[in-house]
Amino acid sequence: MATKASRSAARLMISPAVILLLGWMLIPLGMTLYFSFLRYNLIIPGNHPFVGWENYHWFVTDPSFNAAMINTLLLVGGVLLITVLGGIGFALLLDQPMWGQGVIRIMVIAPFFVMPTVSALVWKNMFMNPVNGFFGHIAHGLGLPPIDFFSQIPLLSIVLIVSWQWLPFATLILFTALQSLDQEQLEAAEMDGARFGSRFAFIVLPHLARAITVVILIQTIFLLSIFAEILVTTNGGPGTATTNLTYLIYVSSLLQYDVGMGSAGGVIAIILANIVAIFLMRMIGKNLDA
Amino acid sequence: MARAVSTSRKTFNTAIAGLLGFVMFFPVLWIVILSFKSEFDAIRSPLAILTSGWTLESYGAVQARSDYFKHFTNSVVISVGSTFLGLLIAVPAAWSMAFVPAKRTRGVLMWMLSTKMLPPVGVLVPIYLIFRDLGILDTNLGLVIVLMLMNLPIIIWMLYTYFREIPGEILEAARMDGASLRDEVLYVLTPMAVPGIASTVLLNIILAWNEAFWTLNLTAARAAPLTAFIASYSSPEGLFYAKLSAASVMAIAPILIMGWFSQKQLVRGLTFGAVK
Amino acid sequence: MRLKTTLLAASALALVAAAGASAEELTIATVNNSDMIIMQELSDRFTAETGHTLNWVVLEENVLRQRVTTDIATNGGSFDIVTIGAYEAPIWGAQGWLNSLDDFGDDYDYEDILEPVRNGLSVDGSLYAVPFYAESSFTFYRTDLFEAAGIEAPTEQITYDEFAEIVAAVHDPDNDVFGTCQRGKAGWGENMAFVGPMVNAFGGQWFDMDWNPTIDSPEWHAAITYYVDLMNAYGPPGASSNGHNENRALFADGRCATWIDATSAAGYIYNPDESSVADVTGFFQAPRQVTDKGTGWFWAWALAVPSSSQKVDAAKEFLAWATSKDYVELVGETKGWVAAPPGTRASTYANPAYEEAAPFAGTVLNSILAANPADPTLNPVPYTGVQFVAIPEFQGIGNFVGQQIAAALAGQTTVDEALAASQQMAVREMTRAGYID
Repeated sequence: MATKASRSAARLMISPAVILLLGWMLIPLGMTLYFSFLRYNLIIPGNHPFVGWENYHWFVTDPSFNAAMINTLLLVGGVLLITVLGGIGFALLLDQPMWGQGVIRIMVIAPFFVMPTVSALVWKNMFMNPVNGFFGHIAHGLGLPPIDFFSQIPLLSIVLIVSWQWLPFATLILFTALQSLDQEQLEAAEMDGARFGSRFAFIVLPHLARAITVVILIQTIFLLSIFAEILVTTNGGPGTATTNLTYLIYVSSLLQYDVGMGSAGGVIAIILANIVAIFLMRMIGKNLDA
Repeated sequence: MARAVSTSRKTFNTAIAGLLGFVMFFPVLWIVILSFKSEFDAIRSPLAILTSGWTLESYGAVQARSDYFKHFTNSVVISVGSTFLGLLIAVPAAWSMAFVPAKRTRGVLMWMLSTKMLPPVGVLVPIYLIFRDLGILDTNLGLVIVLMLMNLPIIIWMLYTYFREIPGEILEAARMDGASLRDEVLYVLTPMAVPGIASTVLLNIILAWNEAFWTLNLTAARAAPLTAFIASYSSPEGLFYAKLSAASVMAIAPILIMGWFSQKQLVRGLTFGAVK
Repeated sequence: MRLKTTLLAASALALVAAAGASAEELTIATVNNSDMIIMQELSDRFTAETGHTLNWVVLEENVLRQRVTTDIATNGGSFDIVTIGAYEAPIWGAQGWLNSLDDFGDDYDYEDILEPVRNGLSVDGSLYAVPFYAESSFTFYRTDLFEAAGIEAPTEQITYDEFAEIVAAVHDPDNDVFGTCQRGKAGWGENMAFVGPMVNAFGGQWFDMDWNPTIDSPEWHAAITYYVDLMNAYGPPGASSNGHNENRALFADGRCATWIDATSAAGYIYNPDESSVADVTGFFQAPRQVTDKGTGWFWAWALAVPSSSQKVDAAKEFLAWATSKDYVELVGETKGWVAAPPGTRASTYANPAYEEAAPFAGTVLNSILAANPADPTLNPVPYTGVQFVAIPEFQGIGNFVGQQIAAALAGQTTVDEALAASQQMAVREMTRAGYID
């Protein structure tokens, strides 16, 4: 069906999107790249002399840089782990016969519609505040010392908040995928005496593999740039305990107004993101091109 | 599901799922409750909160301080506008990729997705300078453009996976009957893809509604949506739980209600090609 | 009141006529403090008098600072009026980002603005921001708890060691009363605003005369060790996430026996509508240790007009209105005198109605007049500013050090490590900025 005419038409039709995204990619990226070689601080007026790799040098030797890399990985990994496992669990559960499934599903997906800023504010103040928060009151009522979430387990607290937001998304996709599973095949396996464990491992999980890949891909894209939740709750602290790469760039470019160094950080983040993208592409290629 | 299921099994399932669902939903429910309490009651222990009196005063205070409907209107314009502008550009692109696949199609798709990994904080200053020069700082137009670009890769991908499931023969038959390319996309493909397009639209409205970096940083007063409205309630002086709850409820309620009513449509296309 | 309003309207009209301007739409960015929210409520009157309408952008302090700085530094022109602090005003004024504000006329009475405040917002004799309210710091304490513990409230400035003894005596966690609440939330305007003056009291400083950072000095070490030990023993749980607002809520709720913080919070703590301890709160000077220099901070929130604004005349009209004597009076009469914006004008303190409603007035005035940003430390330093250093690089350094100290407070790192990391970062930044080699 791919005639010559349709090929050129296709090229014509895809070009607005490609041109726009190229522009979106290249103009800010080009400027970022350019700024990353200048000494350019917003609050120190004057010339912006060319300084070569100096900004990159300062950014990667920043004492927070290593912590930021590790935290980014822990944050993405932690949330992926919780949401994928939790999502599979919820999807299996919701797939069981029950009453009021519609209502329960509505309750489960609700967090997905909550703005990240609102969710961070609510968790920070109404739940995790050790004096006036919900958990603090519960601990007080039980006579236990309250958990001081953002100083005792700062990164885990953020992982939990973000997981709460993304668990519904994973659940929805996995649940939809599960519904397309051939029930007769499952029942046949059950007749043959296959236990739940083996039914899950040999029928359900392979069927969900593609959906899991999609969940991982989409969430990774969003999780790499987690920002609002950190800004609202911990400001990257205590120390650097919750500083991820995005937050570190924010510190350079918008707290210290060091556009040069922030740009260098941005370029580094884009390179890392593309490495992740290539890695994911391989994974997707294997799983989606079936 | 031909099997008969025992009532006790069904009750057990309902109880477990209901409990977990309630846990997930509880934070939302809790802020709804707090929003109807006085500031002094809102910081008391949970039991005392439940038994204390109800009041609308926080909603009154929030509305007196900031014009909710202005922010609400901006949010609607920005999220709906960016989604439909994105759709306009994405439908042809997804058509090309789905029906005239080239060697590079998958690469192009992944490249498009990777543009989403550009950390916004790193490019704020360049974008700010561009917007200043174009004169679109603090305008809905500016935000519509930015959010459209942010979400375009997702829109294209969702449509692409949906279009791929439509058999090419139907389009070819239309072409045989003399349909132009425009007619083919507009009158044959689009109607068939309505469920996929609907769920794409819904997901992107949600994402745009909740986007909190660009909407906060590129606006001042005129184009400020609900994300900016919320930003004035984080950590104000004194007791603020009830007011923060009220403002939060006002900010999330529209999208939550939309999401609930349309969840069937949302779910149907939310597969990203994962279901075969 | 009626007469005043008419007069104000008349003078405002005269300004309008002089400028030949019509009604404008002004965009104003401000911080979500209660005094600013009162200003927003009362601004209807300004609109009624002048015809100018206002678009309010009310943001949390950090978001506001970042938003406004980005816009002004890029000449974005999104705002006609911005709210800035005593840190930004002189730096931005010197850079030509703000319009000078010396032409409000005799009615405005510049001489009435307290001298340290005026100086703090001026560059080379020109005023670049007009003060909305100003503050120093002092110690709030609970008179009932002191009495119950048999402690006399100090009348002279005590040392931090003596302060710790008092705190230990009033600490009563079984009844949900913590000995002391102090800022722990990281940020140069949050925990460092408290830590900075405390380090001054212990004889420390940010930089020596050659701009070498001195954050790993024994003085800093003694001060931070004291702070961490004090807070761990007698502070509330979660202290490392408590900033000014959180502590204010805790104190107002009766959970703290002592609290060293902004004098401007007194209006709130003494307001029975907002606070449950309004009638049992007293105050004394912030403690000293080896020196009494720089032991109380100085801060002002001020309004300014960016150079990028297209509506300078109308914006100046609003500034003249919102920082006038009449505005103070308007708040006093409509919201109660205890809520009047403090710390800016001598006339406020000369007003018997204010003195009666605000028992803290005299102490606040003395604290502000005593604060000397030009000579803040025991040993000479090359910078001005009590709890901050008035150079552009300070924000970054202050925030980082604030994070490290918050980490030490949360037990995530030791005081030694926190100060070593802070020193290392400060040296890096000062080297990078070319102050030192």
